[in-house]
Amino acid sequence: MKIHEFQGKQLFTKFGVSVLENRVVTEADQAANAFDELGGPVAVVKAQIHAGGRGKGTFLENPDQHGVQLVKSAQEATEVAAKMLGQHLVTIQTGPEGKRVNQVLVEAGCDIARELYLGIVLDRATAMPVLMCSQEGGVEIEKVAHETPEKIFKEHFDPAQGIESFQVRKLCKKLGISGKTVRAADKFMKSLCRMFVDLDCSLMEINPLVITGDGGLVALDSKINFDDNALFRHPDIIDMRDFNEEETSEVQASEAGLSYVKLEGNIGCLVNGAGLAMSTMDIIKLHGGEPANFLDVGGGADEQQVTEAFRIILSDPNVKAVLVNIFGGIMKCSTIAEAIVAAAQSVGFQVPLVVRLEGTEVEEGRRILEASDVELITATDLSDAAEKVVATLSQPA
Amino acid sequence: MSILINSDTKVICQGITGSVGEFHTQGCLEYGTKMVGGVTPGKGGQTVQGLPVFDTCEEAVAATGATATMIFVPPPFAADAILEAIDANIDVIIAITEGIPPMDMVRVNERIVESGSVLVGPNCPGVITAEECKIGIMPGYIHQKGKVGIMSRSGTLTYEAVWQTSNLGLGQTTCVGLGGDPIVGTSFIDCLELFQADDETEAILMIGEIGGSAEEEAAAFAAEHVTKPVAAFIAGRTAPPGKRMGHAGAIISGGKGTAAEKMAALEAAGIEVAQSPADMGTAMQRAIEKSTSA
Repeated sequence: MKIHEFQGKQLFTKFGVSVLENRVVTEADQAANAFDELGGPVAVVKAQIHAGGRGKGTFLENPDQHGVQLVKSAQEATEVAAKMLGQHLVTIQTGPEGKRVNQVLVEAGCDIARELYLGIVLDRATAMPVLMCSQEGGVEIEKVAHETPEKIFKEHFDPAQGIESFQVRKLCKKLGISGKTVRAADKFMKSLCRMFVDLDCSLMEINPLVITGDGGLVALDSKINFDDNALFRHPDIIDMRDFNEEETSEVQASEAGLSYVKLEGNIGCLVNGAGLAMSTMDIIKLHGGEPANFLDVGGGADEQQVTEAFRIILSDPNVKAVLVNIFGGIMKCSTIAEAIVAAAQSVGFQVPLVVRLEGTEVEEGRRILEASDVELITATDLSDAAEKVVATLSQPA
Repeated sequence: MSILINSDTKVICQGITGSVGEFHTQGCLEYGTKMVGGVTPGKGGQTVQGLPVFDTCEEAVAATGATATMIFVPPPFAADAILEAIDANIDVIIAITEGIPPMDMVRVNERIVESGSVLVGPNCPGVITAEECKIGIMPGYIHQKGKVGIMSRSGTLTYEAVWQTSNLGLGQTTCVGLGGDPIVGTSFIDCLELFQADDETEAILMIGEIGGSAEEEAAAFAAEHVTKPVAAFIAGRTAPPGKRMGHAGAIISGGKGTAAEKMAALEAAGIEVAQSPADMGTAMQRAIEKSTSA
């Protein structure tokens, strides 16, 4: 699960990680008050969407307006907020339609001496969290990692102990940080590592992390992802979820206990198991088609969930055919067959349906489908299924 | 021979009194697995599927001599169940549970590496030695005793691979579901070592997917240490970056962990890579033919 920058900064404050003073506003005229309250000669107005690249991004409605802007008066703060709120910000991560901005952050300015990068992830290879820093702040860190990996400094830490002071000193030395800033870094990094563990984060990035003119450290941005598997023990984090940022169909699917990811193609897929679902997308592509989605109904789905799965797939206007691929283990083929028959009645299939069943109770499943009056094309194996579903698209309707 | 488990392995089920635990205990019994008991805290003294239930793993091991466990405990308590199994010195711990918080697995991992136990999973279908012992949720009947060792990060895609090798008459020795989570116990490399050392296993089929770098590491290991023919398939060539594809571990992040990278690494290590999921069995066959003609 992702949260907004302002929510991340609220959590930073709670854990003792320093941020600049700020206000969140949802109406343009509140921005002027916010500017006055912050009391500085300048402030920064930042559009709040989950996607990155906001500074370089521009608005669909106002191509001259970027997603982050420095303002010098209360009036200017309101003018800029008005150009952002309710408009759609397009960045390298949003797609051409952009994301609607529903709130902006008005933040105090600061005296920037240096910009660094800091990130924490769970390193799979060592099964430990790792803190990563780089002098190359403010830029695209993936690019640094790819082109000059030696410029990223890493320290793994034990989640129970957190990061040790000597590890912070090692990082500071490599980053060229000295004097009292080392003490600031010790508190900053320890607080951050504690937060990463305590809140079950899967990723945390501060880009840029700023060293101020007086030698302090400040998180100028925040990007935090939480591991979905651990949300059950963080109800306060669940409350931060912003459904406006998510694909409606994906929200519906997660509520029905289905794993669904919308894609750009036109062949809907309904599969049991994540690996098989990915492979089904792959084989459609190999046969010249384009998958419209990833959908894993899981091992124990019932008739109702499968019907909901069909409803979600068919609600995508791009879908011109559907491929059902089930290898029954726990999932019985007969359950799927009954669900197909039920879905045909309650949802209705306006597009061709190709069904491949294998595994537990396959004979019974096939018998149910044959006995029904649902129009479908049966396939014997994976290749056959992919060929047949791609072929339906080239036939005249 | 086979790896990890065989017809003599005595197995308990942690979480046996839950509906899922009981259902699969029954399935394992029907396959012929030597299920000897179960553990559910607070339910010691009960009987499930004719098997005694114990309050603790320690008691269960003392009373039954079990050397393997199958875990169906719900996610919030699953890490604790694994730690309890380690503490009871159980050799093979197979965690089926999906949805364990990764930070819990960090804690478990620290303990498992210091212990003498092997952990398979979590979020996996389990382990099966064909026609001998099934510990997990896979449909038993698709397996056929034979010569291919299979290791996989997926569930149903493994069934597909098993089915294809059975239909080609290759059959399997042991199939290990490693699990779809970012942090799992047994790795591809661990399995490669075991399969390489196993007399019955003549060839190895590896089913990977996007995310992480386990396949690349396995490719490098195989090039150095494995003399048996190896074939592989990687799921997720069409997966978009930044999206979790069902499995918690199946995500391309920061441009890393793509199928293309993994396939290239496998090919460079001399592994036969199946381009299509329909081609996993035949890729295995090609790898075997190449090694015998060489």
